[in-house]
Order: sequence, then structure tokens, then C-alpha cells
Amino acid sequence: MRALAAVFARELRLALRRPAEWAQAPVFYGVVVVLFALAAAPRDPALVALAPSVVWVGALLAALLGIERVFRGDLEDGNLEQLLLAPTPAPLLVASKIAAHWLLTALPLVAIGPLVGAALGLPANGCKLLFFTLLLGTPTLMLIGGFAGALTVGVPRAGLLLPILVLPLMTPVAIFAGGAVRAALQGLPAAAPLYFLAALLLLAATLLPWVAAAALRNALE
Amino acid sequence: MWLWFHRLASPPSFYRFAGILAPWLLAIGLTAIAAGFYGGLVLAPADYQQGDAFRIIYVHVPAAWLSLLGYSAMAVAAFVALVWRIKLAEAVVVASAPAGASFTALALATGMLWGKPMWGAYWVWDARLTSELVLLFLYLGVVALNSAFSDPRAGARACALLALVGAVNVPIVHYSVVWWNSLHQGATVFKPGGPSISPGMLWPLLTAAFGFTMFYAAVVLRRMQNELLIRERNSLWVRELVPVVAA
Repeated sequence: MRALAAVFARELRLALRRPAEWAQAPVFYGVVVVLFALAAAPRDPALVALAPSVVWVGALLAALLGIERVFRGDLEDGNLEQLLLAPTPAPLLVASKIAAHWLLTALPLVAIGPLVGAALGLPANGCKLLFFTLLLGTPTLMLIGGFAGALTVGVPRAGLLLPILVLPLMTPVAIFAGGAVRAALQGLPAAAPLYFLAALLLLAATLLPWVAAAALRNALE
Repeated sequence: MWLWFHRLASPPSFYRFAGILAPWLLAIGLTAIAAGFYGGLVLAPADYQQGDAFRIIYVHVPAAWLSLLGYSAMAVAAFVALVWRIKLAEAVVVASAPAGASFTALALATGMLWGKPMWGAYWVWDARLTSELVLLFLYLGVVALNSAFSDPRAGARACALLALVGAVNVPIVHYSVVWWNSLHQGATVFKPGGPSISPGMLWPLLTAAFGFTMFYAAVVLRRMQNELLIRERNSLWVRELVPVVAA
């Protein structure tokens, strides 16, 4: 338990010392959404209809930006080997790192998401649902992204490879998140898609840290 | 039995074994495909609703089956490669991905060609079509991941992990027509109560599917042979086999 807390605290401390790096994702998110709004006609009703997709896809891309950093730096300075050699089970340490990364990059996006939705013209209940879908969906994204980051940690230039690996696995989350917001906009109960998102999160949280740890071992061999 | 099995799993003997097996599989496969196509395109009667346009199922359905079968086989091989660290299973994973991706693309393309006259649209965003498209992306992800690694063993093992995680999509593709309201029709051949397709249309379909599967197996064996040659290019048996490479 102490080791998990130490890994978590170390991630946060490292991030605090380089605030500019972690501010990139929210800024990127804002720019992407503004471009969407500017490319559409002013007061285009289609923009409201597409708002959930824009909010979600923007968040997906923004969260993917920093995912390469989760394990890359640790591999370069040798920390990764120590993590895997530690007596604490490696999957738990991996999960702790991913949790810290979620807190730093995804939580700001979760906070911004509803505001972005409102800016695109979504009514209040749609924004509320958007917040819940982001809250339930971004940890899944981080787990899948962490897994892909672990897979490619030994690859010199993983740049475009990461989104190619992550985005197909994210399709169920995107579908249910969009479904929840659409249901709310039509005044229908949105509980079912939210439960699906929660189920996906549980599935990812229970399985992916183990696979990610195996991928890290493979990269170090 | 086990001794034979273990001996077969060594790359040189598997290379020879595959070299003997692949031409036979290819010949049987092509014959079965030819018979299936003759039965399907010439002998089978036209559909009462769709006319001659239904005949694309003799390509579409076998390709779609193989896209799922190929992924399942790849996932099983991935499991074997990760648990028992068998080199041959790694070669199966790496060799399956491009072949499976081709059949998935074929299934999507033939489905679209059929969808235009029948549904009035090449593409609709519904469950079966979308999940099959995701399957294609998963295959391509495995191909891309493998090509990014310079060490073939590390690359194959990374691919195996990805293939296992992506395997959750296979049941989604298969049951998508049951779980969601899809424009795509439900199961016609393998379903409780027997196939709801006339025997004259069914046997060419099964023959073509068998032929496609044999063809697929031959392609995967050939790709595995290539993979083994590249991986073991510095070993003695490859130098004896291909003196040019060693020179």
C-alpha cells in the first residue's frame, strides 16, 4: 500500500514541477472545439446535434496526447525496471501510475467537457449527462491508453501508433457515451448506457493493469 | 504423439511440414472455391426477392466467417504464445493478421456492393457493420504494432497481448445482429432449428466457405514459413536451405 501511495505521489510531484506539460491537454481540447465551431456555419443547428461527439472525440484526442509519457520517461531513467522488480505486484503499481495520470490529464478534461458542451449549445441536462459520461469513460480511456503505452514503450517513434491501437478499443465507450447524452436530450432515461459505461470501466480496471504489466515486462526483456 | 508434436514445433521441421501441407491445402481450397462458385453462380436458382444479386453471399459470407475465425485463431495462438512461449504460436499471430485483415476488408467491400442495390446505401452505421469495421482496425493495429518493432520476438509478444485484448470484439461482431436492431439480417445458417436457406443455395455456400478456409490456412502457412525464415536467418538450417541469404 505504501509503495502504491509512493508511486502515486511521485507522479504528482513530477507533474507539479512541470506544469506547462500537463496544461497542454486542456489547451489542445479548447482549440479543437473552437475549430469545430468555427468550421461550422454560425448558429448551425447541426452543431448542437453533434456537440456530444465533438466533446467526446476532442477529449479522446486530448487525453491521448500525453499517454506516451506515462511509461516512456520511466523506461529512459531506469525507474521502470525498479517498478517491475519491486515486491509489490506490478499490476497494482501500473494501476497507481495510470490513476495519477488520469487525475492530471483527464480530470481537467472532465471538468471542461460540460462547459464545452454548453458553449456548443447543449441544454443543461445534456451537459450534466456529458459530465457523467466523461467521468465514467475517461478512466477506461486511460486504462486502454496505458495498456497501449506499455505495449509501445520499447518502440522508438510510437507517435501515430498509439491512437491506432487505442481508438478501436474505445468505440464501445464512445457509443454508450453518445447514447446517454442523446437519450437525455430526448427526455428518455439515460441510466442504461451509464451502467454500460460503468461496466466497461470495471472490466478495464480489473483486466488491463495485468496486461499492461505483462507488456512492460515484454518491453524490458 | 507428444514427441511428434514437440518435434513439429521446432522451426525447421515445421518449415518442411508447412512446405508439404500448404500446396495441398491450396489445391483443395481452390477446387472447393471453384465448385462452390459454380454451384452458387450457375446452378443455384435466383432468389425470389433479390434476384441474382444475392449471389454475392458466396464471397461475402465465407469472407466474413473467416474474418472472425481468423481473429479467434489469432487470439488462441496469442494465448499459447504468451503462456507457453512457443515460437510457432508467435509466428501464427504475426502471420494471421494481414490475411485476416484482407478477408475482413473483402467482407466489408462485398457487403457494401450488395448494400447499395438492396438497402439503398453503401454504408449504414449499425452494429454489425461498425463492429466488423472495428475488427478491421484491430487487425491493422496488430500489423502496425508488429512492423514498429525491430526485435521480432518482442514485437510478436506485444501483438499477442493486443490480439488478446481485442478478442472481446469477436463475440460483439457475432452477436451484434441478435443484441441490437441491425439492418443486417440475422443468422441464416447456424441457428437453432436448422438453416433457413434452401439446400440448393446452401451447399455451394458451405463448399465455398470450406474452400476459403483451406485457402486461408494455406496463406497463413506460407506467411509463417516466411516469418520463420526471416527470424531464423542466422541459424544453420536457414543457411543450408537458402545459401544466398547467408552470402
